[in-house]
Amino acid sequence: MNRSTPSPASRGRKESWIGQSVERLEDPPLVAGRGEFAGDINFPHQLHMRIVRSTHAHGRIVSIDTAAARALPGVYALWTAADIADVPPIDFREGSIPALDPYRQPVLASGVVRYVGEPVAAVFAEDAYVAEDAADLVAMDIDELPPLLDSQAAPVEFSPGHGSEAALIRQGYGDVDAAFRTAPHIVELELAIGRHSGVPLETRGAIGRYDASRGILELHGAAKVPHRNQELLSRMLGIPPSAIHVHESHVGGGFGIRGELYPEDVLVCVAAKRFKRPVKWIEDRREHLIAANHSRQQLHKIRAAVDADGVILAIDDVYFHDQGAYVRTHATRVVHMTAGILPGPYRVPAYRSVGHFRLTNKTPAATYRAPGCYETTFVRERLVDAIAARLDIDRIEVRRRNTIGPAEMPYLRPLEALGESIHYDTGDYMGLVEKLFAKIGWDKLKADIKKRKAAGELVGIGVAMFVEKSGLGPIDGVKISVDTAGMVEVVTGGASLGQGFETVMAQVAADALGIDYRRCRVIHGQTDRISHGIGAHASRATVMTASATHIAAMKLRAKALEAAGELLQAPADTLDIVDGEVMRKDQNPGPSISLGKIAQHLAPGAKTLADREPGLAAEGWFKTSHQVYPYGTNIAVVRVDAETGGVAVERYFIAYDIGRAINPALVEAQIVGGFTQGLGGALFEEFTYSEAGDPLAVTFADYVMPAIHETPAPNILLAQDYTTPLNPLGIKGAGESGITAVGAAIASAIDDAIGIPGAVTQLPVTPQRLKRLLANGGVTRP
Amino acid sequence: MKPAAFRYHAPKTIDEAVALLAEVAPQDGRVLAGGQSLVPTMAFRLAKPTHLVDINGVAALNRLGVAGGKLVIGACVRHAAFHRPVCEGPLGALLRDVVRHIAHYPIRNRGTFCGSLAHADPASEWCLVMAALDGEVAAKSAHGERVIAARDFFKGVMTTALRDDELLVEARLNILGADTRCGFYEFSRRAGDFAMAAALCSYRLEAGKIVAPRIALGGAEPSPRRIAEAERALAGAVPGDKAFRAAAQAAMAAVDPMEDATTSAEFRRDLVLAVTRRALERADKS
Repeated sequence: MNRSTPSPASRGRKESWIGQSVERLEDPPLVAGRGEFAGDINFPHQLHMRIVRSTHAHGRIVSIDTAAARALPGVYALWTAADIADVPPIDFREGSIPALDPYRQPVLASGVVRYVGEPVAAVFAEDAYVAEDAADLVAMDIDELPPLLDSQAAPVEFSPGHGSEAALIRQGYGDVDAAFRTAPHIVELELAIGRHSGVPLETRGAIGRYDASRGILELHGAAKVPHRNQELLSRMLGIPPSAIHVHESHVGGGFGIRGELYPEDVLVCVAAKRFKRPVKWIEDRREHLIAANHSRQQLHKIRAAVDADGVILAIDDVYFHDQGAYVRTHATRVVHMTAGILPGPYRVPAYRSVGHFRLTNKTPAATYRAPGCYETTFVRERLVDAIAARLDIDRIEVRRRNTIGPAEMPYLRPLEALGESIHYDTGDYMGLVEKLFAKIGWDKLKADIKKRKAAGELVGIGVAMFVEKSGLGPIDGVKISVDTAGMVEVVTGGASLGQGFETVMAQVAADALGIDYRRCRVIHGQTDRISHGIGAHASRATVMTASATHIAAMKLRAKALEAAGELLQAPADTLDIVDGEVMRKDQNPGPSISLGKIAQHLAPGAKTLADREPGLAAEGWFKTSHQVYPYGTNIAVVRVDAETGGVAVERYFIAYDIGRAINPALVEAQIVGGFTQGLGGALFEEFTYSEAGDPLAVTFADYVMPAIHETPAPNILLAQDYTTPLNPLGIKGAGESGITAVGAAIASAIDDAIGIPGAVTQLPVTPQRLKRLLANGGVTRP
Repeated sequence: MKPAAFRYHAPKTIDEAVALLAEVAPQDGRVLAGGQSLVPTMAFRLAKPTHLVDINGVAALNRLGVAGGKLVIGACVRHAAFHRPVCEGPLGALLRDVVRHIAHYPIRNRGTFCGSLAHADPASEWCLVMAALDGEVAAKSAHGERVIAARDFFKGVMTTALRDDELLVEARLNILGADTRCGFYEFSRRAGDFAMAAALCSYRLEAGKIVAPRIALGGAEPSPRRIAEAERALAGAVPGDKAFRAAAQAAMAAVDPMEDATTSAEFRRDLVLAVTRRALERADKS
């Protein structure tokens, strides 16, 4: 199953496009400044929207004085909740969930404000400056209520009859209590993951346009899940899906948070329809940091029952998920998945997980790259390190004793994530660790660190293992066609967030069709081009959309060969396609015909069409009931500055088995990008709040993201040892691979550096927090 | 992120600039130099000046050179000018070491030395340089020109002795003798960020002992200042770990650190200890 990456194909040679690090099709317009992002989209006569946001974390709206704002020249309209009473709160992606419906976010706050940044009013004006001037003139009289900022505090009333614990999530199996009664060792930890989130370079943007001539409502600036948002808008606004067109343009980063349906998206649609004028909204950075989805904040009280050899007998976890002020489109997705994926690569004979899904007066939270996985990998790997420390067993050895082996695959665990049972398909988790050790010279690395420690340096190594889920189904469809010039169009319901989606789909189509991948144009994120799509999230795009692309392209190939066989008077099975020309395998040179010519022969009205369906086109669908599970290992080497609490990440190693990489360079780029974000969550990024519930991280001066000086280039081992039998190409996902274990590995390395096992219990490890750990741990200053 | 409306003025001479300031200062008119702090503040609408007097076109404010034993830095001299030593000896070398801690290249290409002084962020590296080396600024208004010593200039967080109608025309630093040793150290969470604490020190050696010590701290208190207690601890000592630690301890004991929701006074004191000692070590190696 070992695959090595072939050298790049030169044009015209019959080689596989899959597995090649070809250049991105997306880049020419982007590097030439000819991209079209939400901010670049303009329509004649458009209005500009500005949102007036709550400046209080919690309070009753007594009055909103809009008179001065309305009177400002250039202001077209100003809405508060009363103006859109017919618009329901923002629905869940999967539709109504009666127990959670009361916690949905209204498009504009009605009666109560629940977080700083909540939309209270919307100004529509002739230009963006006037809109902002008018927004400044809106005066809110808010009767303050006490803010709830701690998800561990006793629940309070959210709204009459509804408490601030929106759900209690239970997952588990086996007799946990019995295991804890008899276990020789019980290891207990309390671990916190800070509130942080994806911060794309491009802020959100939405442009609503109503085409009265066709009766079509358009939403531009969509991302991630355009078709899902089309369905959501259809349900919320009572407009048939076919009368709503959602359009994705270039997207400057998504990371799970961009592209969900937010109040602002609904507002531009409703306003465009009502005013019969296009309405444009572009988010500013301060808004982004208080209004777009936050993520991650959880507190786990976890304990493990362990035998005398360090083998885990049971895990019992109680966790508090700080959801913020409302339940947004994802409903319980993150809090539920947390329970399902926590055990990761280890055998856990008995498991109990109780998740408290709690609302607080902060920005609402949802998915951010590796949702639930970043959090639980930190928690689980901290726990395993603690077991090793308690029993004085090497931390690699403890992992070896608990890790699921390749002979145990497929491994079923009676837990759920994203509505599917956990079903690890293939892999050798410990084998990949050994492979990474061999590559980096593990023994020498350990010896070097030992020597530096002896010389007084606070340096340490951290290790973390993880299993990631990818390729969320249930189904993806692709339409593929060849035009009369031989250009291939691949129409998908996928989405591109900048990750190289077009290139990867083109490689897969080109591979099946025997053409140059540069002859493919890949369409995504356009609901008027294809009626179904699930977009790009949960590391699904390559697994799902590429599988559908492969199936569609193979159908098209069969069709082309069949038609060519007739035209060349040769049986189809004697034919092959090489660089877009159908030719005989056994005759070189011999007669040939291009795909474009075949398309001409199959055009409607062509004499050669006979009684076939016209067109050289096909449609392919890929269905699955199970995600696929790639996995990996991270090793971090850090140096701690005991005097300042600063941490420098000196070296970072990531091993990841993806099964089969369509474009290894793009996979590695995903890993590097994810790693950088993981580093942010480990050491830098945190949305902090004052006691009054005021957000304190509202600019890039306060929301501290790692930059180039703080980010070492990770050393990547991209393995392709274990393909999956669950899709035709054997591929697993890549999008979340780099981020998942970074918090865990860096925490482990800091412990090792300062010589205090289990010291790090909270992310991010800020200098101030680390100084406190050092003071409490009694480490002497050098 | 769209600033409120303002009127824009572009004088060509210092006299024109101060005349305009005299007129617009009472209506919240402000000077625009590099704009690296003012413009973002306006974008956030935390500042809504009604007039901006843009001095970038005033050629006389580009002056940078040595006169009368002082380095003279005009109001429009950019941070980037200090990437190479602007004068011979330890001062040029010190400023070259300090400047690379100021934000990032694009900001250094636009932002100005004097703009940093007028803005008076507690963590500003240039404000610390001025306090440590007892620099002075020249302020000009329609009523005339006055010279303000650095120790009288910084009045707290983003507050200076400058009057609204005064233009900070230039800053001046005494040229340091060739035998002056200087050291600078700052701690920030990321390269280019505002310092959470910074120290700048200088001294000379006579018969192997420290004379004329200067130790100043930035980022720790509302304004940068020299720490007399730390200087006393250093005076007459033989340079080395013992003396440096004693001075750093004295500095830590003497400061009254700023505190906020994410940074405790205790932590900032720890940082003062670290940056002071490290600045002294750098001076020792200079």
